[in-house]
Amino acid sequence: MLGLVNGAFYALLSLGLAVIFGLMGVVNFAHGAFYTLGAFAALLGLQWFGVNYWGALVLAPLAVGVLGVVLERLFLRHVYKLEPLYGLLLTFGLSLIAEGCLRELFGSSGRSYPVPDALQGAINMGFMILPIYRAWVILASLVICGGTWFVIERTRLGSTLRAATENAQLLQAFGVNVPLLSAATYGGGVALAALAGVLAAPVIVVSPLMGNSLVTVVFAVVVIGGMGSILGSVVSGLTLGVVEGFTKVIYPEASNIVVFVIMALVLILRPAGLFGKE
Amino acid sequence: MKGRKWAIRLAAALAALAGGDAAFAAGGEIVIGDIDDLSGTYADAQGVGGIEAIKMAIADFGGAVLGKKIVLLTADHQNKPDVGASKFREWSDQSGLNMLIGGSNTGVNIAMAKVAAAKKVPLFVIGAGGASLTNEDCTAYTVHYVYDTTALANGTASTIVKSGGKTWFYLTADYAFGSQLQNAASKVVEANGGKNLGAVRAPLASMDFSSFLLQAQGSGAAVLGLANAGADFSNSLKAANEFGITKTMKPAALLAFISDIHRLGLQTAQGLYLTTGWYWDLNEDTRAFAKRYFAKMQVEPTMDHAGAYSATLSYLTVVKAVGSTDPDKVMAELKKMKINDMFAKGGYVRADGVMVHTMYVMQVKSPQESKYPWDYYKVVKQMAGEEAFGPVTGACALAPK
Repeated sequence: MLGLVNGAFYALLSLGLAVIFGLMGVVNFAHGAFYTLGAFAALLGLQWFGVNYWGALVLAPLAVGVLGVVLERLFLRHVYKLEPLYGLLLTFGLSLIAEGCLRELFGSSGRSYPVPDALQGAINMGFMILPIYRAWVILASLVICGGTWFVIERTRLGSTLRAATENAQLLQAFGVNVPLLSAATYGGGVALAALAGVLAAPVIVVSPLMGNSLVTVVFAVVVIGGMGSILGSVVSGLTLGVVEGFTKVIYPEASNIVVFVIMALVLILRPAGLFGKE
Repeated sequence: MKGRKWAIRLAAALAALAGGDAAFAAGGEIVIGDIDDLSGTYADAQGVGGIEAIKMAIADFGGAVLGKKIVLLTADHQNKPDVGASKFREWSDQSGLNMLIGGSNTGVNIAMAKVAAAKKVPLFVIGAGGASLTNEDCTAYTVHYVYDTTALANGTASTIVKSGGKTWFYLTADYAFGSQLQNAASKVVEANGGKNLGAVRAPLASMDFSSFLLQAQGSGAAVLGLANAGADFSNSLKAANEFGITKTMKPAALLAFISDIHRLGLQTAQGLYLTTGWYWDLNEDTRAFAKRYFAKMQVEPTMDHAGAYSATLSYLTVVKAVGSTDPDKVMAELKKMKINDMFAKGGYVRADGVMVHTMYVMQVKSPQESKYPWDYYKVVKQMAGEEAFGPVTGACALAPK
């Protein structure tokens, strides 16, 4: 049950990664940095402008999304034609810069973000106590994941996006502005990461290192789900959260490697991932 | 196919994780080094602030000793023992290093102590807490300056057991420091008539502590001993509050720095007991240092920052008194002198390398009790150095029982 909360974060983050990889073919190593930026945007919005949690939930992803679009236009679009490795190195570099700047400004220990008043308290379920905020995280992430899946798989916008992956030149010939589309995709993907950051802010300490510790696990989740598979990343995100939760009870020392053990097994048995389409 | 590509990408990313800085010093200088976590979870306990404190000490000493200029080298050990040890070795061999300030992370400092013994370079351990540094892992050149796991346990654990918290369950960071801290606390709890009900070992830098905490709650213990540090400590305490565990169990911080309390906020941290070697608001001297430090760093100094300042000053004072940087002469003189500055009053370095000085058991104030910024602690108990650090154990060959 508790694992679901962690799983919800994994699902949200791996969703953004899967969208970016699936539609653009870019391995976005800066994803953790955008998650951190989302949390910091919420924190600074609160401290400097008095933006409350609900406002931050909308504004922080928006701000980070815009930043994502700018970065895509400035840097990322130049590497599409090159090996995927270049995109990876570029985004990795960007994430180091972002992390370094945040550390310079705020120190490595970070700050606390209060739980919003409306979601204070806990429900006693008899066998365990569930803080209301955590229940909200699970709910919110399921809705967002479902919504994203719907947009990409079932709407006209989504099919255009997928068409751009299949054959960008042909789509451009039909009069669709493909560069704009990919910028928007990247912006949307990192906005998802920022949203996860805002959701996480009240649960953990907001620090420049928060994304760093999460992003490797999230990459493993994406690999297990199948690179670029949206449904796969959501399902495996939630499942792995639960598996990790169980490990914490049965054999706590192994709880931070269990995801990687599963990743190794999946790569051996089904190299394309559980939901991979290859 | 994609899986294989992915592996290549990961390898490339890992290869990018390397760094370091070159440093040179001519023979006519006194070279002080500082190897610490400058970028990771412990970077705020000492880190960059520690470098600033060392610089302040060098400047206060006049920037030179024995007619030679004092230079400072710094490096980030990234919490990797091999990185710390090889940097130390490199500086000793190539840069004429005279003394090293060892930062946070017990694992790294154990590795560096071995280099200190081999190269005969005095090592002043500041941020790391593992008491093994002056026991099994002791060397003739190691000084453990600020605090150790024994003193933390003697302070926090005994205070809580005596005030009625008899049954303990530990949330322990799964590495050298965590288990040493848990062991030390367990012994103190038992010695004072309390009982240890169990422990859960959480991997370092876990994302979520709630599952671990529910196990602690299930134990029925009265006290939740947090044998962890830095972000792990803050995140676990935060989650304990969220799950209402702090209503049924009393949390005990076995190691907390003022930077941790600052980030948690008094609302979450209030009522917490902790042990510290120094607090900025103890007296005129500490406030004077804190004021100068604050002007540079915009935060109040931790005990590590004050300790790094004091250790640098002590070393330079000894060098001046001896008239040489000869490591054996320096260590002999250091173990004879009394340390009197804003950090310690009547402190002294024992044969096994422990710097014995007063420790303070603190309780975190509630938001109502706090009158001005950074007014966080009230002194519960002042522990004489001998009580805090305990008797010589005999585990270190330099100091038989």
